[in-house]
Amino acid sequence: MSSETMSIFSPRLAARFDALVAKYPVKRSALVPMLLYAQDEIGYLSDAVIAEVAERIGITELDVRNVATYYSMLRFKPAGKYNIQVCTNISCMLRGGYDILDRFQKELGVGHKGITSDGVFSLEEVECIGACCWAPAIQVNYDFHDELKPELVPGILEGYRAKAGFPGDGSTSLGRKAEGKAPHA
Amino acid sequence: MPRLVSHPDEVKIVTRRFGQGAANIDRYLELGGYQSAKKCLEQGPDWIINEMKASNLRGRGGAGFATGMKWSFVPKQSPKPKYVLVNGDESEPGTCKDHLIFLHDPHSVIEGTIIAGLAIGSKLGFIYLRGEYRYLLEIVEKAVADAYARGFLGKNIFGSETEFQIITQSGAGAYEVGEESALMESLEGKRGVPRIKPPFPAVVGLYGGPTIINNAETIATVPHVIAMGAESYAAVGTPRNGGTRLFGISGHVERPGVYELPMGYNLKKMIYDVAGGVRGGRKLKAVVPGGSSTPVLLPEEIENLGMDFDQVGKAGSMLGSGGVVVIDDQTCIVEFALRTISFYQHESCGWCIPCREGTDWLKKTFTRFHAGFGTASDIDNIQHIAQNILGRTFCPLGDAAAMPTLGFIKKFRKEFEDHLNGKPCPYARHEELAAV
Ligand SMILES: Cc1cc2nc3c(=O)[nH]c(=O)nc-3n(C[C@H](O)[C@H](O)[C@H](O)COP(=O)(O)O)c2cc1C
Ligand code: SF4
Ligand code: FES
Repeated sequence: MSSETMSIFSPRLAARFDALVAKYPVKRSALVPMLLYAQDEIGYLSDAVIAEVAERIGITELDVRNVATYYSMLRFKPAGKYNIQVCTNISCMLRGGYDILDRFQKELGVGHKGITSDGVFSLEEVECIGACCWAPAIQVNYDFHDELKPELVPGILEGYRAKAGFPGDGSTSLGRKAEGKAPHA
Repeated sequence: MPRLVSHPDEVKIVTRRFGQGAANIDRYLELGGYQSAKKCLEQGPDWIINEMKASNLRGRGGAGFATGMKWSFVPKQSPKPKYVLVNGDESEPGTCKDHLIFLHDPHSVIEGTIIAGLAIGSKLGFIYLRGEYRYLLEIVEKAVADAYARGFLGKNIFGSETEFQIITQSGAGAYEVGEESALMESLEGKRGVPRIKPPFPAVVGLYGGPTIINNAETIATVPHVIAMGAESYAAVGTPRNGGTRLFGISGHVERPGVYELPMGYNLKKMIYDVAGGVRGGRKLKAVVPGGSSTPVLLPEEIENLGMDFDQVGKAGSMLGSGGVVVIDDQTCIVEFALRTISFYQHESCGWCIPCREGTDWLKKTFTRFHAGFGTASDIDNIQHIAQNILGRTFCPLGDAAAMPTLGFIKKFRKEFEDHLNGKPCPYARHEELAAV
């Protein structure tokens, strides 16, 4: 596919995909990361995303969907600009993970997989995110927040709310890089 | 940044460069980096595999398989290309050690991958990180690019005639993809459903070629084994359990964190000395010694327990991923068991019925039970279901769900019985779970 003319992705991401499919011994190996990177940019796996990924890899859309539905990070509906993922697995649970989840629910007025009406935040209860020794932990998009307390929740939301709506606001990994923001807070 | 901890009893081998800016390639070189890979390039495959065997290094991913042995299973001649696959899926609840390795010392993973490649005669390695570890993937990708720029990776590594390439890969959320054959499926762009073994990956692996799969900590340890010599490395641990391990101590302790301790270190000391004891001076109720899939241990069982694969196995549990989860006496074991089984229910890939249906029944039963609607027969029924998952599944995830379940019932039957007859959980604090 000529990435400049008909891609639904930004030229930068399209170029990245061109490189990605060429990198592996087998083109299809690019599928899983490609879906995630596409979602990072577009927000979710829309029909158009599925169609373009299928074409780039040279498999059917059905094949792409079949794989995509397996992975828990991939979604087929938009999430909030900042997707808050609260770990409640054992290490976090023992240190108050559910209190953190409750507080986010209260502050945002949404439950598991809910999106705030302004579309700024969505909330998810997730399994272990590999930050067990710094529990309770959450991820906001790809940023970790460790050793949380319920009273820290409003401040975290405030920080992201202030950034919402500006370009390069850290809502994607690329944006965060541009900003030089530390991934752990 | 995740908090770094330290304790005088630590023996810093793998964590030696943590907190010293070693993600920067110049700093890594200053700290002795890439010397082991160069040495291995001179010494050749047989020497490397012998060193790995002599080191008694055992896999840090969970099963504790001898690394040198695993590498020696790869056929010398193969019509298909051979591959090295580094498992950074790190999703076992209680486990966050690879997180720190990728963050603080990504080049040690790259160097270990090169050495593994030299050992088996592979030209291509993959480093697979779970999708949630995006910031770590970016650190690893930068390190890989720097290693290419220096000629440590590529067609002629370190100026030799030998080729070795590395491709980094992101997952997209799936515990099961940490299982070695499911990982290969994912890398081939498929659903993370495991493969039936045999054939084992060392013979038929990624793209059908011979493949070795190792945990990221195992691989990061390899250059250190070469640098200090297999014998010295082995001498740090206990017989058949060489070296150190990154123990992640979490839960109800004063100083949770990842500590590098010699294999065989006493578990009680680990909790009370290294991690500062149970939080708030409370009493210890139970310990999950090696990630959520390992059966729970009681305080009296850890008195003289040395943390190596064999001793923990003898005590009826497993060293697993090294994630030690400490539980105090204010915790409801039924709720803890429910949260544990909910995870396995969520992560079951659904291929085989005992795992797919069994974890579902267990979750439903535990949920009802914890909500105060349990019956006396539930307790035996839970055991019955778990027993019938055990050993009857395509991959070890079924066992990973069944074993801790059986442990909870066996060791805390009284607490389960106390939940009966409409008695509310004495530790209840969360209605959400009760409502599922
Ligand atoms: C359900 C399941 C999940 C696993 N997850 C991981 C993981 O996240 N990381 C890992 O290194 N090994 C994991 N393993 C173990 C791998 O299958 C494999 O044994 C390991 O990567 C081999 O490396 P090692 O010999 O260095 O330990 C998992 C196994 C199972 C059954
Ligand atoms: S044991 Fe569970 S995870 Fe493993 S193959 Fe069977 S259904 Fe899938
Ligand atoms: S249990 Fe929450 S990060 Fe591991």
